[in-house]
Amino acid sequence: MPSPVVPVVRIQAQDFDIAAEIARLTAGRADIGAVVSFFGLCRDEQGTLSALELEHYPGMAEAEIARIATEAVQRWPLQGLTAIHRHGKIAPGENIVLVVATSAHRQAAFEAANFLMDYLKSRAPFWKKEHRADGSEGGWVDAKETDDKAARRWKQPPSE
Amino acid sequence: MTKLIYFAWVRERIGKPEEDVELPAGIETVADLLRWLKSRGEEYEHALQYPDVIRVAINQEHVEHREKISGAREIALFPPMTGG
Repeated sequence: MPSPVVPVVRIQAQDFDIAAEIARLTAGRADIGAVVSFFGLCRDEQGTLSALELEHYPGMAEAEIARIATEAVQRWPLQGLTAIHRHGKIAPGENIVLVVATSAHRQAAFEAANFLMDYLKSRAPFWKKEHRADGSEGGWVDAKETDDKAARRWKQPPSE
Repeated sequence: MTKLIYFAWVRERIGKPEEDVELPAGIETVADLLRWLKSRGEEYEHALQYPDVIRVAINQEHVEHREKISGAREIALFPPMTGG
């Protein structure tokens, strides 16, 4: 058995370098067959947003994402897993979250990245507040029932 | 003393990010705590108007409202999360 993978989890205000994070998992290894990366961006659908402000629960944010990531490495045969979530003010078009999963075959990396994002959305203690381009306060973003549903589907045993 | 921490609109409505409270006797579960807090004034009433939507973490782990709070050092109250 290979040694268990220890996920990398970071909560930070500054942006992340996607290529560098992928390289960190793949450098010097020839046993990786699949890399799945997902990054989520701050989007502005109506052209009215100046920024999203992400509040987080320091300490618990790291701990909760680490718990989810640990569950992922136990559930899928991964070779590496990285999760980075930003906090603070983030402008439209900027990165918010990054997940990178590596595995010998693509299925494990795809599913683990998907699982991590679904769980992160409904369990990681972050809250988004909108700041509008006209200077007014836009209020807190509402949680979506679809995100809860997406997380619940992983409770069923995985189809092998 | 128990440390209570509030986030997002729960924090804004209560008007402070955290406070230390002496819990009265008989407050055994998270649901008891929410009921007691709600009676502490208008701002708490406003924040906890719909207790069912409030999410709670004890010592930085998610818990259900039926969870016992004995031994809790830090209890956080917050709205459903919107990260990712």
